[in-house]
Amino acid sequence: MRRMMQKCIRNFISSNSHSALLLVDIGAWPFHDLLEKYPKRAKNIGIFEPGTISLAAGLSLSGIIPIVYGISPFIAQRSLEQIKLDFAYQKTGGNFLVTGASYDFSALGYSHYCPEDVITLSTIPGVEIVTPGTPSQFETLWKDCHANSNPTYFRMTDHCNTKECSVEFGKAAVLKRGTMGCVICAAETMDKVMAAAKELDVTVLYYTTIVPFDSETLQNEIADIPKRIYLCTPFYKGSITANVVNALKGAEYGIEESGVPLEILRNYGTKDEKDCYCGLSLEQISRSMKSFFYGK
Amino acid sequence: MVNQKKVAEIKEKVLEMCANAGVGHVTSAFSCAEIISILYYEIMQINPENPEWEDRDRFIMSKNHGSVMTYPILQDLGYIGTDEAFLKNGSHLGIHTKLEISGVDFCGGSLGIGLGFACGLAYSAKLSKKDYRTFCILGDGECYEGSVWESFLFGGAKRLNNLIAIIDRNALCITDFTEKMLPLNPMKEKLEAFGWEAREIDGHNLDEIRNSLSDIRSYRERPLCIIANTVKGHGINFMENAPLWHGKAPTDEAAFTARKELREVQYGS
Repeated sequence: MRRMMQKCIRNFISSNSHSALLLVDIGAWPFHDLLEKYPKRAKNIGIFEPGTISLAAGLSLSGIIPIVYGISPFIAQRSLEQIKLDFAYQKTGGNFLVTGASYDFSALGYSHYCPEDVITLSTIPGVEIVTPGTPSQFETLWKDCHANSNPTYFRMTDHCNTKECSVEFGKAAVLKRGTMGCVICAAETMDKVMAAAKELDVTVLYYTTIVPFDSETLQNEIADIPKRIYLCTPFYKGSITANVVNALKGAEYGIEESGVPLEILRNYGTKDEKDCYCGLSLEQISRSMKSFFYGK
Repeated sequence: MVNQKKVAEIKEKVLEMCANAGVGHVTSAFSCAEIISILYYEIMQINPENPEWEDRDRFIMSKNHGSVMTYPILQDLGYIGTDEAFLKNGSHLGIHTKLEISGVDFCGGSLGIGLGFACGLAYSAKLSKKDYRTFCILGDGECYEGSVWESFLFGGAKRLNNLIAIIDRNALCITDFTEKMLPLNPMKEKLEAFGWEAREIDGHNLDEIRNSLSDIRSYRERPLCIIANTVKGHGINFMENAPLWHGKAPTDEAAFTARKELREVQYGS
């Protein structure tokens, strides 16, 4: 996905004189050609994230479409107020591209994890949150919304889904239809959810845009099936629950969720070991879904 | 007394840890190897038998990605067992430190937060009339963060003369050189303007490090900042000043060559 992101950025910066790429040193290496070719519009600012976000907002006001690339905790959390005030409040547009996802950098510890990015940024009205699960999904979503004048957060992962499905900005994809209830998955959980749902008679919806949340597809797909919804995301539990509940418009549903538990992750180990710890291995998801829909 | 042979011995252990784990910030650790060694073995008043000793000096590794440099020392001093694995599931020794490691005062990993924490510790010592010193090692790359300068401002304004900041001035960030990206110089003048006493030294010269810290128990007017000019990856020819080595563990072949260089310092062959 990173390679696709680099390709998209390279094309955009090369073809649009009203664009700017701001790097905060981490991950800057692949862009050295752009830094040399477009020294005025492509810059490695340094380890200077909040200031760089503000700078990007300033550029945006003069008609430039800025891209800030970094890793999730340093953009979504360290620079939260700058996104809130310099972008959302100031009504400026720009693109924040991050790697790291929830705990892709598993060896680097809690400071470099960010399962909270989606729920944190969801509290800022007007910020779009995009969570592609494959490189081609990144490409589609990038094309759909990078120049739409809104602040858009692109959460990338190094652990992509292997299965493809077509996606569209702001729309959920219907991966499967069933009669026992509905499963909602997002980002890199699609492969596991589809594998877990293989033998289950359930509808599966796949969200690559979290904000704005596609309530309409959910409402249409759950209208005629039992009132049971299972959520599976790689974010902190609760990150999309409010969106789902709002879409239900007061109807009573049984909801179960697999996600990262709301705790400080103090352990090391690999990404797979982290998934196991969080209940996000294929076996765990499979068991949990079966239990929820079939009571076994 | 720490000598270069001892430093090379510790560096070799760091190299092994990172090579075995397949990840780690070897070059960031080696640029502050001498500084950390002198602090732990000669300067800081600590007690490995009583790690929580209330009057111990505090050590804050703000450039926390270089923490692997402290692990062999903590093992050598008896804070942690020599069998504690680096970066294994269930182990506490990670690329960044956490409080579960005996002898560690600070959970780090994100740049720009250590100096403010150190200011808090130093200020707290003043409030509680404690005599301990607080040492904080910063990377120069993290000096881009605004929070670092807010903390320098606080430390200078509050005359925290029990606080010693050491900037590991290797002039290299992750992918590029500081003066090429966004110049940080002149650092000494900036620090003095913020109310600090600033001293510039060769951060690999053991005597210069010792001398720069020789008066830290005496009364001083202002907090002290040592600007330690260093080389990232110091001591390993192919790693020195090479941006591509940031955060990268050596392959078996590279580790073999690096080990050879370190052993030449230790045994002269």
